[in-house]
Amino acid sequence: MSTYPVRLELNGESRQFEVEAWVTLLDLLRERAGLTGTKKGCDHGQCGACTVLVGGRRINACLTLAVMQDGQQVTTVEGLAQGAQLHPLQQAFIEHDAFQCGYCTPGQLCSAVGLMNEGEARTVAEVRELMSGNICRCGAYPGIVAAVTEVMGLAQHADNPDRPYLPGTVPA
Amino acid sequence: MNPIAYFRAADAAEALAHASGGARFIAGGTNLLDLMKEFVMRPAALIDINNLSLAEIAPLAGGGLRLGATARNADTAYHPLVRESYPLLTAAILAGASPQIRNMASNGGNLLQRTRCHYFYDIGTPCNKRLPGSGCSAVGGLTRQHAILGGSPQCIATHPSDMCVALAALGAIVHARSAAGERQIAFADFHRLPDDRPEQDTTLASGELITHIELPPASQFAAHSAYLKIRDRASYAFALVSVAAMLDIGDDGVVREARLALGGVAHKPWRLPAAEALLVGHPADAAHFAAAADALLVGAQGQGENNFKIPLARRAVVRALEQAVAGTHDNTRSERDRAD
Repeated sequence: MSTYPVRLELNGESRQFEVEAWVTLLDLLRERAGLTGTKKGCDHGQCGACTVLVGGRRINACLTLAVMQDGQQVTTVEGLAQGAQLHPLQQAFIEHDAFQCGYCTPGQLCSAVGLMNEGEARTVAEVRELMSGNICRCGAYPGIVAAVTEVMGLAQHADNPDRPYLPGTVPA
Repeated sequence: MNPIAYFRAADAAEALAHASGGARFIAGGTNLLDLMKEFVMRPAALIDINNLSLAEIAPLAGGGLRLGATARNADTAYHPLVRESYPLLTAAILAGASPQIRNMASNGGNLLQRTRCHYFYDIGTPCNKRLPGSGCSAVGGLTRQHAILGGSPQCIATHPSDMCVALAALGAIVHARSAAGERQIAFADFHRLPDDRPEQDTTLASGELITHIELPPASQFAAHSAYLKIRDRASYAFALVSVAAMLDIGDDGVVREARLALGGVAHKPWRLPAAEALLVGHPADAAHFAAAADALLVGAQGQGENNFKIPLARRAVVRALEQAVAGTHDNTRSERDRAD
């Protein structure tokens, strides 16, 4: 079987790979690029652990082929910090205890960066809904939402305090 | 995943020229690659159509909107023209999948996604849709997700899309291209009922390419539409039942035109113009809503575990119509407005 050239701007660095057509972006990152921060949870787009940014947009790296992303800018969790300076979301995750085992955290962080780039979440409830593609089996959701909304500068009292969460009514 | 070949087509003619010998088109790939990992689908080659300039979302001469086949679901849902003129479509798309998947999944691919029936996904079990003639494991099996309308002894799978329920209500038109030329397919004719050919989800021919989806003008409904989705968890789950409802209500309170489509209940979005006709010329009230719901569900048949879907769908239709009367039920704005 033939291989295909894939050139990526990976965390700001130009990288060249030669991969078979069936290699997912996730497997390229972990197995070929040596960037194991991006996690393989379900490998079926159901958990969000593999979330990375392609051209600034969050996607599931497990559901796209590396060859389809030829020429793209890819940012993984390894690319969020500026040297020793953590990304504000990373710092906020630490301060809000937004993880337990940490397996979902790289995906949560990249997803939150994507969420902020999209600019569609303007309330705490919308952050919860638009982070719903990232599952946390430890149940660290309150800390995750607190960290993300703090970095976004959202008022924590924006929601109705009597009904902080209306199931199925935030962007559906 | 099986070994595959990959080809990035530069234009539609090149894509169509390669569309033979077990090749499939790929745009987002969110469903196709998942199915390939499970060996449910085994194309020999993938033809990448992302460079075909089919991502445009633009107004059509004479009204209406063109949604390019490779435009992403998120870009479609958040497009200003979609939000303004087709709020039902925005609400339906945002009710489906996750932000990451909506950022990848294409409009054409949304139409062509396969059922999420567990037996279809499990290659260790018989499934007429996956392997024609092997039998249906869902009949007599776990049927919580399965159809209550339009099923056959060969297949009781449901179509999983939210977007398509809105497109059915909107009366969208699918534009397709093949070596034989271009053609248009009315949305009601695009997806099939399973009958004795459940392996055929749609009426699209092998090697035929969706180029775009045409939305007819729908300004008469813009003030009164709702997409209501009932599911097992608050977000990121497929519908047990969903309802797209659109009403055109005159100043006298009488319904001039109505559209109703159900998701999660059949092999295709379920729409019956006869049920909609029961609303026309009458006040937009609960009695008429219930009558329309009953008509839409005529012939509904549970499989045991999913019997609950029949009364659930009936109530959901009434509730969605009530939401439509109240205004534009756009779940993406309710919380935002409250915060502002």
